[in-house]
Amino acid sequence: MSFERQITRLEQIVAQLNDSKLDLAQALELFDEGVGLLRDAHEELAKAEGTLGRLIEKADGSFDVVKE
Amino acid sequence: VTRAWDPAADRAYDARGRRDETPDDREVVSIAELTAAAREIIEGAFPLMWVRGEVTDFKPHRSGHWYFCLRDTAAQVRAVVWARDRFRIPAAPDEGMQVLAYGRLTVYPARGEMQFTVYRIEAEGDGLWRKKLEISRKKLEADGLLDPDRKRKLPVFPRTVAVVTSPDGAALKDIIAVIQRRKAKVRLVVVPAKVQGEGAVKAVRTGIVRACQWGEADAIIVARGGGSREDLWTFNDEKLARTVAASPVPIISAVGHETDITLCDLAADVRAPTPSAAAEIVARSEEELVQLLADLRARMARTVSWRVESARNRHRAAGRSIQHAAAGFTQRAKHRVGALAGRLEALSPLSTLHRGYAVPRDLEGRTLREVAEFAPGLAFELLLRDGSVRATTQSVRPAGEDEQ
Repeated sequence: MSFERQITRLEQIVAQLNDSKLDLAQALELFDEGVGLLRDAHEELAKAEGTLGRLIEKADGSFDVVKE
Repeated sequence: VTRAWDPAADRAYDARGRRDETPDDREVVSIAELTAAAREIIEGAFPLMWVRGEVTDFKPHRSGHWYFCLRDTAAQVRAVVWARDRFRIPAAPDEGMQVLAYGRLTVYPARGEMQFTVYRIEAEGDGLWRKKLEISRKKLEADGLLDPDRKRKLPVFPRTVAVVTSPDGAALKDIIAVIQRRKAKVRLVVVPAKVQGEGAVKAVRTGIVRACQWGEADAIIVARGGGSREDLWTFNDEKLARTVAASPVPIISAVGHETDITLCDLAADVRAPTPSAAAEIVARSEEELVQLLADLRARMARTVSWRVESARNRHRAAGRSIQHAAAGFTQRAKHRVGALAGRLEALSPLSTLHRGYAVPRDLEGRTLREVAEFAPGLAFELLLRDGSVRATTQSVRPAGEDEQ
């Protein structure tokens, strides 16, 4: 799951946890899911890097990124 | 006519033939005299006249004077409307308006500038560019392309950002500088495009389309550094604005300076006042993202611990009512036990003893019920109503038999 989607799901979980209709067991299940997502998101972040490239369109219409 | 060589006269000229005067001989003119003279000449040479131009840099001064520039594609002249002349002019001209101005060319000595003193202004329709801009804008509006509802949210963490701009422009340099300063974890991919002059509209549109087709960009920045209105004109093109609006990838428009608003800005999902500002929008440092995650965790933990706490409280309350119920039960049980005890009392062998019977028990306290349990010489105990008697068996005679 992308960082973006992890964050979106986490936002959802926080919102659901605030919903009082949820029973404790469901809440704890969501919490577990959230903790897992947080861990994944941290891993995702660790992999990210800052780079600079240039987009090149090849003759066959496909694309390539060359490093600047 | 030839003249004999005069060494003294020769010394009076330098190598370039200029006469070597002593300071006393020089005729010095003050700047004020110079500008006054120039003013006289210019005012004398030009009659009152009409000029055609576009109003730019319009600045109304506190004193009531209006300062601006009159320009066409090739040249410009500073212009002023003095407060005392404003009554002849119905309204201040708009920036960019094409006008006919009636006045006199003069020199403004305090600045040493040529200045056109304007007495009357007549708008020549709207400025052509403004007119065109308005038409394009109305068309885009009619198609709903400028609706705020159409704006998409940018991703929280745009990992790959395509930058459609000139590869050698100031805009790209500014963007890279911000990304580096913020140590942002973003992959910038430049999509080179000509951003001004002929062919620029097509180049920028192609750049956007390519960035979308490439498919890896989370967001696109369309950037152009500051410039004249003509330079930025590319970004007021209706077709370009339509391409921006149609992009499946969210677009940040960053054209010119803060005060320049183009159709591209209006059609984009986000308008950044400058290319640097656009970079700030996509530049997320690791620290910021870690903070974001920490906030989410804290919010989650808060709601969950609140839930656990409230469950615990409910539990406690339930526990208290159980105790309460139990206490009542115990009380009732005691009463019942008391009542039962009364009834048991009635059935107790002790009450039988009260009636005059005795119970034989062996020395370990077991009740002896049958003669078979006795043997001559066996010691036993007789339990009576007020105590016990130690006894020894003399002889045993089962019922129906003679005594042995």
